[in-house]
Amino acid sequence: MEIRPFNDTSYKQFLGEGLLMASQCKKCGTLSFPPRQICANCYGSESEWVELAGSGRLAAYTSVYVAPPDMVAQGYNREHPYVVGVVDLDEGVRAVARIVGVDAKNPETIEIGTSMRVHFPEICEGVERHCLFFAPAED
Amino acid sequence: MSIRARKGGLARGVAVVGGGLSKLGLFKDRDCKDFFAEAFLEMLDSVDRGVDPGDIEAAYLGNYSNDFFTGQAHWGPIISDLIGLVPKPVTRTEGACAASTLAFREGVMSIASGMYDIVLVGGVEQMSRRTTDEVTQGLGMAGSPYEVAAGFTFPAVFGATATAYFAKYGVDREILFNVTIKSHNNAPFNPKAQFPMSVRDFMNARMEKCRAKGLPIPEWEDEKAFLRDTSVNPPVAWPMHLFDCCPISDGGSCLLLVAEELAGSFTDAPIFVAGIGQGTSYSLHAKKDLTSYEATVYAAKQAYQMAGMTPKDIQFSEVHDCFSMAEIIHLEDLGFFPPGEGWRATAEGLTALDGPMPINTSGGLKAKGHPVGATGTAQILEVWLQLRGMAGGRQVKKPDLRIGASHNLGGTGGTCTFTILERR
Ligand SMILES: [Zn+2]
Repeated sequence: MEIRPFNDTSYKQFLGEGLLMASQCKKCGTLSFPPRQICANCYGSESEWVELAGSGRLAAYTSVYVAPPDMVAQGYNREHPYVVGVVDLDEGVRAVARIVGVDAKNPETIEIGTSMRVHFPEICEGVERHCLFFAPAED
Repeated sequence: MSIRARKGGLARGVAVVGGGLSKLGLFKDRDCKDFFAEAFLEMLDSVDRGVDPGDIEAAYLGNYSNDFFTGQAHWGPIISDLIGLVPKPVTRTEGACAASTLAFREGVMSIASGMYDIVLVGGVEQMSRRTTDEVTQGLGMAGSPYEVAAGFTFPAVFGATATAYFAKYGVDREILFNVTIKSHNNAPFNPKAQFPMSVRDFMNARMEKCRAKGLPIPEWEDEKAFLRDTSVNPPVAWPMHLFDCCPISDGGSCLLLVAEELAGSFTDAPIFVAGIGQGTSYSLHAKKDLTSYEATVYAAKQAYQMAGMTPKDIQFSEVHDCFSMAEIIHLEDLGFFPPGEGWRATAEGLTALDGPMPINTSGGLKAKGHPVGATGTAQILEVWLQLRGMAGGRQVKKPDLRIGASHNLGGTGGTCTFTILERR
């Protein structure tokens, strides 16, 4: 099987296929997410793909009321905010992602430390955009 | 395995002998040539014994993204022509909101290296010709591709940082009010400020507006009650609200740098570059600590080492308060207060103009304004004015005011600088 290059193009392709893929340095074992071509720890350039489990905890978040034009085009604005955040994944790496399944209009109800699970919507809000979504874990 | 020949330092001293800043605000019918001309002419006036502009050998110009904001790129030759510098070199530097401190640092190094003796550094930006949504997009371009793809804006990155800080130290949004109130208290004394108003002035203006319109007159117990009221202080990227965010601004700024041995021919009160540092860090996903900027810590370490100083030596500082939360973190990253104590120091008034560690005497980016490419040298100008005792009603009144500093942050923390100036 052909090994995809360890770059953002492959990262986005995998997301499109419903896979959360990290790179792991063959020399020192450092895990990188999103994937890296050059290991930041040992400068090694040989890596392999590792699939992440897609679970972790919410480390930071915000509810966006003043949205950039592409999000405005999707219907987000002062009346319809959306949440983005940082998720600390179980494997020890961090993801920045859209956070769904939370109350964007009452952001003070969202709790740091909440268990999160990756979420791959069928279509990414109808636009050509490879976004990463997390939602509170259901259990 | 690393090879290091010598420690970072200046091969010869560099002095700041002049500076200028345009009035900050929104000026759709003017452009960056107007702003820079205003700053440049003020700079010429500020040099005690005068300077012949023909003696300027080169310039470094910070600009983040006039390309996007105004549809015109390549501002080096435009500014060179404006001030009669053609055919001498003008180099544009880009480091998002830290663009003109990078220009300052390049200028310092060009003199320290012996290449030049007299160098102009500065920056320009015009943001008023775009809508707020477009400016949000334009600034967002300085975030990381992963942040942008997820839907993060600039305020969102700092909003997320705030929730991490709140959870870590058991505090809430109320701590941010102290930053905003403190910075706005300094602004009425800065004639260049975009909002030369205290938060109380905003309250009174709002009440007056309602009175004039015959509407019910709102009442707030104090400034904090006003800031809690989302009808006047709506969320931008919760917990960042309008009064947590610096405004969209136009402006230009510049400083005249000369080799130490020439300083005496320009002024009896030169201000010297004691230390300067610059660093990078990357976006939220790559941060070891969500409540610190690695680039700031690195830049500060370099600057302190170069100056042979510690945070205790700094008597006042400008810090990059693009968002209220950021100021609190900078206070900790720069070593002015221990981690987790920046919010308390602010709440106790330690960073007020009459406190032991005045921060953002200019009113900060929040009240003075933030024309991104012009901000770095505008901040350093404030330190220069303070050290020369020329800051008027916002003058720091410490005996023997000798050492001040300026911290500048670019993007979502990707580029940070720290500059220490000294009056000898
Ligand atoms: Zn490695």
